[in-house]
Amino acid sequence: MTATAIEAMERSASRPASRSQALGRLKFADSGFRALTQISAALVLALLLGVALSLFLGSWPAFSHFGFGFFISDAWSPPKEHFGAAAAIYGTLVTSAIAMLIGVPVGLGIAVFLTELCHPALRRPIGVAIELLAGIPSIIYGIWGVYYFKPVMQGYVEPFLIGVFGPLPGIGALFGGPPLGYGVLTAGLVLAVMILPFVTAVSRDVFETVPTVLKEAAYGVGATTFEVVGGIVFPYTRVGVIGGIMLALGRALGETMAVTFVIGNATKISSSILAQGTTISAMIANQFADADPGLFTSSLLALGFILFIITFIVLALARWMLAALEVKAGR
Amino acid sequence: MANLYSGRRRRNVMWTVLSYAATFFGLSWLVLILAALLGNGVGGLSLDVFTKMTAPPGVVGGLLNSIVGSLIVTAIGLVVAAPLGILAGTYLAEYGHHARLAVVIRFVNDILLSAPSIVIGLFVYQLCVVPFGHFSGLAGSIALAIIAVPIVVRTTEDMLNLVPNTLREAASALGMPRSLVIRQVAYRAVRTGLVTGILLAVARMTGETAPLIFTALGNSLFTADPRGPMSSLPLIIYEFARSPYPEQQKLAWTGALLVTLAVLGLSIVARVLSSTSSADKQN
Repeated sequence: MTATAIEAMERSASRPASRSQALGRLKFADSGFRALTQISAALVLALLLGVALSLFLGSWPAFSHFGFGFFISDAWSPPKEHFGAAAAIYGTLVTSAIAMLIGVPVGLGIAVFLTELCHPALRRPIGVAIELLAGIPSIIYGIWGVYYFKPVMQGYVEPFLIGVFGPLPGIGALFGGPPLGYGVLTAGLVLAVMILPFVTAVSRDVFETVPTVLKEAAYGVGATTFEVVGGIVFPYTRVGVIGGIMLALGRALGETMAVTFVIGNATKISSSILAQGTTISAMIANQFADADPGLFTSSLLALGFILFIITFIVLALARWMLAALEVKAGR
Repeated sequence: MANLYSGRRRRNVMWTVLSYAATFFGLSWLVLILAALLGNGVGGLSLDVFTKMTAPPGVVGGLLNSIVGSLIVTAIGLVVAAPLGILAGTYLAEYGHHARLAVVIRFVNDILLSAPSIVIGLFVYQLCVVPFGHFSGLAGSIALAIIAVPIVVRTTEDMLNLVPNTLREAASALGMPRSLVIRQVAYRAVRTGLVTGILLAVARMTGETAPLIFTALGNSLFTADPRGPMSSLPLIIYEFARSPYPEQQKLAWTGALLVTLAVLGLSIVARVLSSTSSADKQN
């Protein structure tokens, strides 16, 4: 192979090159390729740093103008040029919390089904179907959410919740207000469906790292399937499952299009989860293209910077936990 | 004793039923969403969709400019992302291994893999829209490329790690320089794997909306020039789905069906490719 490469190079040279010249050229091409790959890899690193830096620079006017008040103020008034991030941060956290509350148990349930209960012949098709759910673009969840999910929420689910929980003291405040269909709860539920496949995919993979010997030993002493899952599989894979959940949380926090469609986009904090609200990403998607340069744009960039920092921390923790499990499985 | 056993059995049955219910719940969403897409989208499929431009309400319109825009923006994104991702993945798998730079880049790449796409959009806005003073399809392509690169890097590295070292050693023993071993032996061994990664990246780019809103912006006219604002299918779905006019809503559903078919089709092809290539390796 080398010989042919050298011959090719000799042929391509205008005058017959000596062997050492050809080898030298080959060596040059070799280190050139290495440098090329290294530069490309470094570019990936530069991308992340570039994102952080450009968002920080863009949001500096807002941060310096509003100071710490930017984080605790829920005012958002473009005409008065007064901006605060609290409503958006609150909406992001609440919708993600609702999504996790529903998506995580269901996602884990599917993972348990796939690894412990499912007939081997069905394992692959069902697994693929769940992964396809992850492949559906978020805009599709959005349009579906508006035309199909929102009317169901408005017509059936929300009146039911208001009827059952509304009169109760304490919890009642969570379910106050008219059933609008658009709102924090609807957004949270759509998010739950969207993160479910991520929880399932990661937990299925980590469940499969459990040594069969451990499970067989437990079955051997007469444990039921769910004593094996609860007593062997979960404890063994705890770190990995939490890592997978954090990964899903990272997705939920940054999800944009689906949320924008169904949350109602009202910049306020309300005690009721049926009320309309907004999230960081929905606000950016809605307002950025029309924002005036200056404080308005800078405030939206500041929201983006906050979202970037929150998801960075969550995702970094997730990766760190999953890596810890890989080390354990490797032993 | 009997009580203890029946209690355990009851708990087992209860959790089993819940687990089945969870799976049913998950699968039913897929069915519901696909049914809604087919029910609303198929009816709108006509020749007009592929031959006419998006139109104001009252005029019969199609999606031609959006389809062409999507293809161009994605293609440019792919041309940028695929070589960059493959080279970076090659560095991680072939040269970097456990070097500190490689470990850091692997970690950063994993973060970028699930970073919110809207944040990438803001970054590209700062980088490519502000300096030039106008929105452009090119900026949209760069945003999509940044989203695609981590996917290609990840699959390239994973695939190259599957190449048996004996193959590399055999090639090196013949005197091949490292770069030729990689390009002529390792790449060839995992060609389908690399294609899989690229297909997955294209699938992801096809459905992305958020980073295009303030980079490509959208355009109701036909244009093949990526230097100006450009329409794309996800953008037009975003616009028309919120429109009060039934004919625009119908087009939004048709567009949604096209996007979903493209995305799911690409992921299924990628999956089939990767399963046949791993079957080859076992034989």
